[in-house]
Amino acid sequence: MTLAQPLPTQKDEAWRYADLKAVETIWQAVDAPEPIIVDAGQSAQQLLVLESGDARMRQLHVVLEEGARMDLACLAFAPAYGRIEIDIDVASGAHFEMGGAIVGSGEQTLEIVTRVNHHAPDATSHQTVRSVLAEKATGSFLGKITIARDAQRIDAEQSVKSMLLDRGATANAKPELEIYADDVKCAHGATVGELDKQALFYMASRGLDPQAAKRLMLHAFVAEAFVDVAADTDGVEEQALAALEALL
Amino acid sequence: MLKIENLHATVGDTEILKGLSLEIQAGEIHAIMGPNGAGKSTLAYALGGRPGYEVTAGSVSFNGTDLLDMDPHERAAAGMFLGFQYPVEIPGVSNLQFLRESLNSQRGERGEEALSGGEFIKLAKEKAALLKMDMDMLKRAVNVGFSGGEKKRNEMVQMGILDPTLAILDETDSGLDIDALRTVGSGINAIMRQPDKAVLLITHYQRLLDEVQPDYVHVLAGGRIVKTGGPELAQQLENEGYEAIAEAA
Repeated sequence: MTLAQPLPTQKDEAWRYADLKAVETIWQAVDAPEPIIVDAGQSAQQLLVLESGDARMRQLHVVLEEGARMDLACLAFAPAYGRIEIDIDVASGAHFEMGGAIVGSGEQTLEIVTRVNHHAPDATSHQTVRSVLAEKATGSFLGKITIARDAQRIDAEQSVKSMLLDRGATANAKPELEIYADDVKCAHGATVGELDKQALFYMASRGLDPQAAKRLMLHAFVAEAFVDVAADTDGVEEQALAALEALL
Repeated sequence: MLKIENLHATVGDTEILKGLSLEIQAGEIHAIMGPNGAGKSTLAYALGGRPGYEVTAGSVSFNGTDLLDMDPHERAAAGMFLGFQYPVEIPGVSNLQFLRESLNSQRGERGEEALSGGEFIKLAKEKAALLKMDMDMLKRAVNVGFSGGEKKRNEMVQMGILDPTLAILDETDSGLDIDALRTVGSGINAIMRQPDKAVLLITHYQRLLDEVQPDYVHVLAGGRIVKTGGPELAQQLENEGYEAIAEAA
């Protein structure tokens, strides 16, 4: 099944940072969102790493039934243009945990787009995204959280941090909260920064060479994305670290 | 061991050190005291090679080699340790991992073999015990959530593990309560008071010098050393203040 939908434009909020020329090349061949249903009371783990290529796009539609839990680790580093797009419906008592990492250089455009739909009460979601961008790369996270009128006592959290290694790199972080219930906890934080020069000198003063110091800091930064994901993320982390290695 | 001659250094466009000379032999402990703004921290950073602290004239030789020609990490590998007045927090990087990589990076630079995990842990435990620091603190991220005193104690544990020949300690006593000051003082003595090592203590106050007896005390004012004496000079400074002594000199 392919998407019989018109090609998105820059005016579509969810696509404003995308490389639309790259999108066009794959639009007809992109599969419809892959459905994942986690049955009531069950838990599931999912790892999603975009493959290399000119343009890659993966879409998931996750349905968490009552009391279900999904732990998702995703990584975008390989393709010239890459997009991970995830829709999540969260039922009562369910929890969605996501760790995402973007590592880009050259002229790569990489994005992670999530839409968490809290349609029922007493549920939680937690998303952590870390991006490291070098040269002229662009990394974007667009995260929308919708909480319906009857979905009381929701606890939804987003933490998004980006590290720019070069002047030409760009990070976009766009949290979007649509809340219709009145008894909810919703937290989001977004920062964009550079490697801490003070810390680099401190590490050098202990004998670490500059490359090793950078490596330690970037590893720690990206590893944060996966700390809370209850899945075996070793493989994903290794790929992220290997991608970082290329930036040092 | 360390020979500083006519050192001039600027920060931004401002000249802070204006012709500082100082010689330290192995086995000696020197204290540099001076008022705020005298250039004490600038001296420490210039010796450490911190970016932004530019040496515009003068020379520094460390065990016969040109210190100013080395990158900061090479200075460390050559045996210099810089204790920070404000130790930096490094989120997500554990103390143990940081120190093991630092030590092995130094050893690699010197052509020595890396320490194994087991050898390193043994060494770390020994030095942590010397400074009365809980091993759990060494497993935590570097300085993250540490109190001022804990950070300074951590600096000394790091010094113990890295085992330098020259330690430059920039206001290691600030932020310490009396008990911590004693522990840190006895740590400095245990690690550094040896015939083949030397220490440059940069401090505002006499208190640390009660714990770590210096062989020489220098008064730094206006970017130069204006007076040098024995331990009694520190006491005189404590009694009379910097101004009187700097002016008389």
